[in-house]
Amino acid sequence: MALSMRGSLFRKNLVTALLLAPAALWLVVFLVLPFVAIAIFSVGERAPEGGYQAALTFAQYANLPARATAFWNTMVLAPAGALACLLVAYPVAYYLALRAPQRWRLILLAMIVIPFWTSLLMRTYAWMYILGGRGIPALLAYVGIEDLRLINTPGAVLLGIVYGYLPLMILPIYVSLERLDRRLLEASADLGATPLSTFLGVTLRLSLPGVTTGFSLVMILLLGEYLIPTLLGGGKVFFIGNALVDLFLQSRNWPFGSAIAITLVLVSVVVLIVANRISTRLSGARRVDLI
Amino acid sequence: MTAVPDIEFRTVTKRYGAVTAVSGIDLAIPPSAFVALLGPSGCGKTTCLRMIGGFEQPSEGQVLIRGRDMAGTPPYRRPVNMVFQQYALFPHLDVEENISYGLRQARPRLSSREISQRAGEALSMVQLAGYGRRKIHELSGGQQQRVALARALVNKPAVLLLDEPLAALDKKLRTDMQIELQNLQREIGITFVLVTHDQEEALSMSDFVCVMNGGRVVQIGQPSEIYDEPADLFVADFVGKTNLVSGKVAGLSGDLVDVVLADGTVISARKRLPLSRGDAVSVSLRPESLSLSAPGSGALNGIVRNRIFLGSTAEYAIEVQGIGSLLAKADHVIGQGNLFRPGEPVAIGFAAGAPLAFPHAKNNGTNQREDQNVEILS
Repeated sequence: MALSMRGSLFRKNLVTALLLAPAALWLVVFLVLPFVAIAIFSVGERAPEGGYQAALTFAQYANLPARATAFWNTMVLAPAGALACLLVAYPVAYYLALRAPQRWRLILLAMIVIPFWTSLLMRTYAWMYILGGRGIPALLAYVGIEDLRLINTPGAVLLGIVYGYLPLMILPIYVSLERLDRRLLEASADLGATPLSTFLGVTLRLSLPGVTTGFSLVMILLLGEYLIPTLLGGGKVFFIGNALVDLFLQSRNWPFGSAIAITLVLVSVVVLIVANRISTRLSGARRVDLI
Repeated sequence: MTAVPDIEFRTVTKRYGAVTAVSGIDLAIPPSAFVALLGPSGCGKTTCLRMIGGFEQPSEGQVLIRGRDMAGTPPYRRPVNMVFQQYALFPHLDVEENISYGLRQARPRLSSREISQRAGEALSMVQLAGYGRRKIHELSGGQQQRVALARALVNKPAVLLLDEPLAALDKKLRTDMQIELQNLQREIGITFVLVTHDQEEALSMSDFVCVMNGGRVVQIGQPSEIYDEPADLFVADFVGKTNLVSGKVAGLSGDLVDVVLADGTVISARKRLPLSRGDAVSVSLRPESLSLSAPGSGALNGIVRNRIFLGSTAEYAIEVQGIGSLLAKADHVIGQGNLFRPGEPVAIGFAAGAPLAFPHAKNNGTNQREDQNVEILS
């Protein structure tokens, strides 16, 4: 009896292990190993002809200020982009979850997701054309507004960011609003709260977990963003992602690139942790610590 | 009645598309009453409550609170508060924050001292002093119920609306809360309007019961009136347990009719609605109005099929040839333990005036009453 139980337990564990093996292997090969390699590179030196040469030095990290502009641009545009995304996404998610007629909801949600089926590269190219000389500026020239520069500006990058990442912001907010108990809104009104204070005190408050999820999701992706600044920023708006490509592929300074990459990963982790903290603190419902 | 009613419905109708949830209700609820809106699900009782709260607007007619027409007044400007089904407490706020939520909305603003003082009083009123800092999800169902009650009452509403407030509690807790709610209502002295589908709850708690069916008010009265003198077959059947026996009117004399039952027995019953000779009727016989005795001495004879001894009473299921199974309830006196046993023959008698005859109508919901101008007179 005991033996067969142990046997079945063993079999159960074996099945679990086998089921998890492909994913684990994938993670080890494509995440853990590269990460370890990058970490090792980051304390090395650039070989004379480029690439990596073994060493143990923190010189690469000390040299980070040399890419201060890229860090600065990223640290400003990533949160700004995420914020702009949020400001556009919230009303859309609110409408979808609380106002849209039930039978329209699915269609509207699909319309938000469908652009995802085309690659971001294609869609960003389209924006390049729209904002470029033969796009909107050409149209505006007809009505007498000349010399308007849209492409290759921070504004263009921001626009591209909002456009590209909007669905990622809308969906988590939509989910949290959709799950919102409508009777809480009635209870709030019943207790004398005007629609505005109900929105601030109940709706917004209870959707904050969705907001922080969407915000951190978009923010982390933006921290590593490469495509949009390249295409719509014309190399003038230089992100960390662009700096990385440059360092690894052009100047072949792998150790310095690795140091920047490691720093970027650490920043992302911090963002995630902070967002997670805020989210649990605000939702309140599942908090365990009672300090 | 001279006092302005706390709540008044003037021919209120509510339609949702093609569905009429409430049709042409007139109702006046006097101050300081405990009123129950009782009916099966879909009878329109919750819609009525929500129209008082301001969450639904009547399609026709007017809802008045203390004499003021509430048309166009949003929920947050109405002097009523609601205890919601499943309470709808704010999960992100603690107990005290939940209770003081309404006070914080008051304009002009209340001082924070007054807010915390009143919240504290409300907490003690529902016996939750010391629970102010608890999270809602840390409370039991009964405690959540109390918080919901305190959250509504702290605002000193003119009328407290209760939407199936006890439905989520277990039986023991429900009984305790019934008593507590009654005490609270008497203490505070404001009108409570309770919506329930549980006839026992309605009868035991309220001063007046308003029985609804099919979007209409079928009967209003004190609990004992509703039970003893049901206005129609629906009320007789819905409120309390009863035996419904089919028959035909054989003779009329004043308030009384002679009804021939399926087995040929003729019994005398009171009528509550107009009847004429030959009408098919249902006779309502309350289980406790049936008396059991030795065979051969009663109006009907049957055989005991089942007995449930409940201590102070015993319930019998009695099979009567040609009529079916009847439920009888007999008081049990200690020492006189001669209970009838399953399989034993038994005679059934009726207390005089207890049988009630109603026109036999399958569609109880549309039992039209001409006098829809019902008003509670206290």
